[in-house]
Amino acid sequence: MTIRGKAYIAGIYEHPTRKAPDKSLAQLHAEIAIGAVADAGLTMADVDGFFCDNDAPGLGPISMVEYLGLNVRHVDTTETGGSAPIVHISHAAQAIASGKCSVALITLAGRPRSAGVSANPPPNWDVPELPFEYPYRSSVLNQYAMVAMRHMHEYGTTPEQLAWVKVAASHHAQHNPHAMLREVVSVENVLQSPMIADPLHRLDCCVVSDGGGAIVVVSPEIARSLSRPLIKVRGAGEAIRDLRGGKANILESGGARSGAIAFEEAGVTPADIKYASVYDSFTITVIVQLEDLGFCEKGQGGRFVSDGQLISGIGRLPVNTDGGGLCNNHPGNRGGMTKVLEAVRQLRGEAHPAVQVQGCDLAVAHGTGGWLASRHGSATVILERE
Amino acid sequence: MEEAVKMPAPKLNAENQEYWDAARRGVLLVKRCADCGEAHHYPRAICPFCHSGSTEWEEVAGTGVIHTYTIMRREQPSTITAYVALDQGPIMLTNIVGCEPETVRIGMPVQVCFADAEDGLRVPVFRPR
Repeated sequence: MTIRGKAYIAGIYEHPTRKAPDKSLAQLHAEIAIGAVADAGLTMADVDGFFCDNDAPGLGPISMVEYLGLNVRHVDTTETGGSAPIVHISHAAQAIASGKCSVALITLAGRPRSAGVSANPPPNWDVPELPFEYPYRSSVLNQYAMVAMRHMHEYGTTPEQLAWVKVAASHHAQHNPHAMLREVVSVENVLQSPMIADPLHRLDCCVVSDGGGAIVVVSPEIARSLSRPLIKVRGAGEAIRDLRGGKANILESGGARSGAIAFEEAGVTPADIKYASVYDSFTITVIVQLEDLGFCEKGQGGRFVSDGQLISGIGRLPVNTDGGGLCNNHPGNRGGMTKVLEAVRQLRGEAHPAVQVQGCDLAVAHGTGGWLASRHGSATVILERE
Repeated sequence: MEEAVKMPAPKLNAENQEYWDAARRGVLLVKRCADCGEAHHYPRAICPFCHSGSTEWEEVAGTGVIHTYTIMRREQPSTITAYVALDQGPIMLTNIVGCEPETVRIGMPVQVCFADAEDGLRVPVFRPR
């Protein structure tokens, strides 16, 4: 069995806020939910499946189903960090294909900017690796920086090549009125920003923002009854990449597996892709994932992204045309949701005219959740405009 | 002179207590599977490769090379976070101490030493050898 063609993305909504001190987390979830359902041309009463991850307040889906006033017959709270919303699309398609629901609502929201990024929860000492990482202050930052350092060592990737990912994001973000960073930056600007964790400069890092987004996935019958463009789920893959007892290749992300699974299911290759949303928590994240998804040979990611090759209308592969996490937003410190939203806009022809890819009929959205060097969840979805 | 800041201490459990007891004595342990012969880190009661329950503690010399690292510039003083590839095979997360951050390189040979942590624990870290 395959999910290919069994489900469609009918509604999307991205919260315009980037700082929400005046809103509760549950309220953000509700606003994006209502927005996405309305975008699909449906009502909240039509929703019969609900998907969220740990960014939603409460135990799994329980509190939010009540808050949203939903009447659902299917729930899924798969947690794979920032890649979770992309996993949810696959799981929603599976649920729809097997008749468990027909209108699946996926929400992701967060307010780390208002709440303060230092508001870390107390350590859960049942997590088996934690005693072996906590004393060394393992963090998202150093677990991505160490991949960048090794990538430079092994493949000759340069700080300038890393910077090109940010430069491309800024070229796109200048057209997005909601983006946090709209100023176009140069390679030199990135290299001159303060070093945070070698070799990553401040501008190699994504923004911290409040906000969120929601997606409505529906059955083919419902999709055809609506007036929205038909955005078909063509293939999906998911993977967990961990340290394998200390024997893992930290330069290979879970995208190597999740991407291969998704492309096989979709029956297409990276050469067929017109637009790619690739999780950009840091510049290195994009380079590693583009390699692992098969857009270039392993180790060639730095060369692949250089000289504006990710800029829409200029480069060989337009990536993150909303400005991505590097410039636009990163709600809840989880980038998977916004990756899907911009891919859908591109397929609908609803991206900003300055960044809209002409004839965009096939797109990929890919996310990595967790820590690039140590362990993370990866998810890939391939979407097609019919 | 300011007293050296102690490293944050982990909370221990039955599965990892022996590793930390050994560290207190200045000894680095890895786990090796008696059935498949593979060493792994972090140490587990169940072998992650063959799922045997016969994993055994093995005292190691604590030598290896820096597999990758970063310098955390916003910490005062800067910390060097690294993965060290032990001569026994597995890579382990650690800190590099006893050198200027700018002198650290991938491939640099290192030797384990032990830093004081909270709760009277000692934590394996590495210095150039």
